[in-house]
Amino acid sequence: MAGVRVLVGTRKGAFILTSDEGRRSWEIEGPHFAGWEVYHMTGSPADPDRLWASQVSDWFGQVIQRSDDGGKTWDAVGNAFAYRGEVGTHQWYDGSQKPWEFKRVWHLEPSLDDPHTIWAGVEDAALFKSTDGGDNWTELPGLRHHGTGPNWMPGAGGMCLHTIMLDPHRPERLTIAISAAGCFRSEDGGATWTPANKGLVSKMLPDPEAEVGHCVHKIDFHPDHPQTLFMQKHWDVMRSDDAGATWRRISGNLPSDFGFPIAVHAHEPETVYVIPLKSDSERFPVDAKLRVFRTTRGGDDWEPLTRGLPQEHAYVSVMRDAMAVDRLDDCGIYFGTTGGQVYVSPDGGDHWQAIAEHLPTVLSVEVQTL
Amino acid sequence: MTTRGNVEVQLPLLLSRLARTGSSVHLAVSPPVTQRRVLDALEEAYPALGGTTRDRDSGRRRAYLRLFACGEDWSDRSPDEELPEAVASGREPYLIIGAMSGG
Repeated sequence: MAGVRVLVGTRKGAFILTSDEGRRSWEIEGPHFAGWEVYHMTGSPADPDRLWASQVSDWFGQVIQRSDDGGKTWDAVGNAFAYRGEVGTHQWYDGSQKPWEFKRVWHLEPSLDDPHTIWAGVEDAALFKSTDGGDNWTELPGLRHHGTGPNWMPGAGGMCLHTIMLDPHRPERLTIAISAAGCFRSEDGGATWTPANKGLVSKMLPDPEAEVGHCVHKIDFHPDHPQTLFMQKHWDVMRSDDAGATWRRISGNLPSDFGFPIAVHAHEPETVYVIPLKSDSERFPVDAKLRVFRTTRGGDDWEPLTRGLPQEHAYVSVMRDAMAVDRLDDCGIYFGTTGGQVYVSPDGGDHWQAIAEHLPTVLSVEVQTL
Repeated sequence: MTTRGNVEVQLPLLLSRLARTGSSVHLAVSPPVTQRRVLDALEEAYPALGGTTRDRDSGRRRAYLRLFACGEDWSDRSPDEELPEAVASGREPYLIIGAMSGG
């Protein structure tokens, strides 16, 4: 029977939530890795029982965990993330140059067809790859070395590589995003890279249309339309129809276009979801109403989705990796909050219910359709 | 895997769970018994602990960990200084302690 497995990473451990295709009744299992931050947990599309988790601690550093039985048991695998070649420097908050230093893995992106291959996006920003299930990691240094690296600088959360997109039709194309450097694209499997930020405007930059330096928060796309990308930037919701070569603003009638996550419907490539926050200074929902906004026209025209979500006194926010969709016929939308709630809409956003309410701060949400 | 040895190392809870062992492990460390050799032996016996007490690149102690021997703070002492004989012989434990902070 079809069902879903929701992988939730939090500040103090990981949780696995499961349901059948009705998505009304849920079982919550966890915490795994209790006491550790779990920045991201995800599963292999090629082998759904193979999962990985990025387990992090300010005390004990980085651990990568792997499960081969759907999360029942886990083993620590490789956690050596060594920059290749000259380490180099990037811009620091005060304008000085600072050497790259590994801090944590923000995002794990498994291969679409090989359960042994997985990419990792790390802080300080770099892209790593493993072809043995996570036992060993090798940096793809062309990203840091392509020339603009000294101009990258950390956002408030750190200089993180948080988005890795694999084009299902062009395996050699990789698109990644870094806060606060921007979007970058490779057409040769990650050997060489070019910035892909034309059309982004960031007023806080000395040159608002700079080649790099944009605080991209998250990018998503529909796998059948990999040329079309949807971006939540620090401010601005953006769209590209040429795989990131150029971007245009699609914020339209949103009450605010500051936010973190963005997600595309599993079956409707022009249906997109964002969760606006009031501003970068006041990072909570506009009017204290927790609302997901949906466009069914690829942007500009957004509608609030509120049924089942708190519409007063809501001051939680949603992290960049904490929204996801399932692939059931009636597409489910999921997000987790800094207040420890996980919400699901089993009908594309029309109705919502909390499936967990008192977890630690949610850092990431991924969904496996089983 | 637990290796019975001459040096007792006490671990903080999260590391003992990660290593799937108890709060105290015994390691075979040949002389000279230094902090570096004890931590090397710990990582060899429990590979899951690799990189958790020392930064993998620099080899430096992680900032929020403290290391104690015979009631003294050894955190900032040379990793190659010999530990007290009481630790080397297993009469006193070598302590890895997580700093108290966080929310």
